[in-house]
Amino acid sequence: MKLMSKALVSAIAITAAVAAPLKADPKAEVLHYWTSGGEAKAVKALQQAFAARGGEWIDAPVAGGGGDAQAAVLRARVLAGDPPAAVQIKGPNIQDWAEAGALADLSAVASAQNWDDVLPETIQNIVKYEGNYVAVPVNVHRVDWIWANPEVLAKVGATVPTTWDEFNATADKLLAAGIIPLAHGGQPWQDATVFETVVLGVGGIEFYRKALVDLDMDALGSDTMVAVFDQMRKMRGYVDPDFPGRDWNLATAMVMRGEAAMQIMGDWAKGEFAAAGLEPGEDYICAPTPSDNGYLLNSDSFAMFNVKGDDQIEGQNLLAELILGTEFQETFNLLKGSIPARTDVSRGAFDDCAIKSMDDMVSAAEGGTLLGSMAHEIAQAGAVRGAFIDIATSHFNSDMSSQEAVEKLVAAIKLAQ
Amino acid sequence: MPNSDIKFMDRLARALPQIVVAPSFAAILFFVYGFIAWTGYMSLTKSKMLPNYTLIGFRPYERLFQMDRWTVALENLFVFGFLFIAIAIVIGCLLAILLDQRIRAEGFIRTIYLYPMAISFIITGTAWKWIMNPSLGLEAVVRGWGWESFRFGWTNDETLAVYALVMAAVWQSAGFVMALFLSALRSVDQDIVKAASLDGASPWRIYTRIILPSMRPVFMSAVVILAHLAIKSFDLVVALTGGGPGYASTLPANFMYEMTFRRNEIGVGAASAMVMLATVAAIMVPYLYSELRSKKHV
Repeated sequence: MKLMSKALVSAIAITAAVAAPLKADPKAEVLHYWTSGGEAKAVKALQQAFAARGGEWIDAPVAGGGGDAQAAVLRARVLAGDPPAAVQIKGPNIQDWAEAGALADLSAVASAQNWDDVLPETIQNIVKYEGNYVAVPVNVHRVDWIWANPEVLAKVGATVPTTWDEFNATADKLLAAGIIPLAHGGQPWQDATVFETVVLGVGGIEFYRKALVDLDMDALGSDTMVAVFDQMRKMRGYVDPDFPGRDWNLATAMVMRGEAAMQIMGDWAKGEFAAAGLEPGEDYICAPTPSDNGYLLNSDSFAMFNVKGDDQIEGQNLLAELILGTEFQETFNLLKGSIPARTDVSRGAFDDCAIKSMDDMVSAAEGGTLLGSMAHEIAQAGAVRGAFIDIATSHFNSDMSSQEAVEKLVAAIKLAQ
Repeated sequence: MPNSDIKFMDRLARALPQIVVAPSFAAILFFVYGFIAWTGYMSLTKSKMLPNYTLIGFRPYERLFQMDRWTVALENLFVFGFLFIAIAIVIGCLLAILLDQRIRAEGFIRTIYLYPMAISFIITGTAWKWIMNPSLGLEAVVRGWGWESFRFGWTNDETLAVYALVMAAVWQSAGFVMALFLSALRSVDQDIVKAASLDGASPWRIYTRIILPSMRPVFMSAVVILAHLAIKSFDLVVALTGGGPGYASTLPANFMYEMTFRRNEIGVGAASAMVMLATVAAIMVPYLYSELRSKKHV
């Protein structure tokens, strides 16, 4: 049996050798869940760049499930001892896989390409395990955005709020004028998205770091957290009664149509405005949610798994180099609507919101206010993220008091750790 | 020689059923019972993202029952399961009795009521999601007619969302229960019914005293079928409410999926699966026991 498979492998190797003599072609199997729209186009761009450098790309897309389905496939492949070369995973999941000893070391490519100089430290920490690169960041989505309809805001003589007090005042005025202040979809992850921007704004940078990143129990159980839930209760009053279960893009459409004034959502919402042919700055405004120059990032990345064979390892290194190369970072992110993970990509082709996002990321990285998103699996993943989302969503969707929510939050996080 | 050939053929013929059934039996033994055992083992380990074979006793179960989400899911299962089974049986039974009155176009009507069963729960859930959406469903329609205070936003209310699940599930399954009861009604001995009516028993009395009691086994099968439908309900929740608002309408199957496949908590997920299995067993075992025993007596 073993002999036969060996014979088969060598037969394949011979065929490959006939096609390209001398050394083995770089080869990489890529497991991802970017199967629709702009994302699919973006993957295609990477595929072409890889082929142009003589690589053989084995596409392994897993449709649906937003990564859940892919996670099941990945687990099975790793347990069977046959992992794909590159897999689209993010945040602490990278650390978990690295801890399980499943990830390859990319130090050689990283030092050759000077990754340390072009990536903000917060992003480096996501893709490094024990000081070595094990994954490659593809993009950055900013989460803490307000998408506003300027015409609607002008009806009550308001502009995009820059503090949470101002946000509440503006929202009250909008309510009085019979306009929905906040377009929101009541799905757990959307509730958690709003929650984390409120933690960042009401609690501040240090509080966010302590509570949502370091899981400091004192911070989680503090009066500041009570104040965060108080603000969340107010926000609940600013959404329309039909919000449960609504998809985020339908909420974005409410802002576009002028039914609602604002939406708090990551910059994938920009794609909806762009698809409707609207211009940033004129038809809609993108502004960060009120905070002390905070920046919540969501970053997709490809983790490189331990594979056997020179052709696969070579393919993996080539892929890593290409993914973080300026050329691909530009093409990909223009297609996907995100911004490059590296800071030195030329800004010419990007739109105003993206340029603002890029500028803010650089200044946030310098000021130490660049933070990973909890709701989008950068600061936390798995059980802990689930516990945060559970409490945020059950508080938002019931009449639970802020004090009770804080107590439940502390208990749930302890249980999930 | 021909003698031994005949013997061999004879033996083969006798063994053939076993040989044919053996592969599927082995497959079931491995894929069903083997994996039940594996899940049971997993529920006693500290497995997180990947299976881990270190035993830690009943700790996953302790964590499971400390989780608010699980408590809500379990409560929902009892509310949903009880109401779903009870209402589906009552409506199914009534429909069957009404259809049994030798009415015109019975075949046509029976098909209409039975048809929801042919639709998957995902479709049922999506359709009811639209019907119950306050801004585009029934509520908007009735308000459009002028009844401004009409409310039907069950899926958007955390206290009512689980009843929305009951409504959609009953709509789907009542026709099936009706078909079960209808065939049972048709097999009731008509001589007894005639004798009773000759004795002057009212139709109500005939139904409550003679016909329905004679259908006891069908009631039992209906309960068992509906009970396992209720416990394994997953797609209906996903399509209709997404478990929300918040996690107010989540059921144990959804909890299990969430923990095992999304939250890297294989241990807790396995523990919840075992609790679900125990719930099914608590219903099935007494039923099977009583059924098998009564057969022996006959």
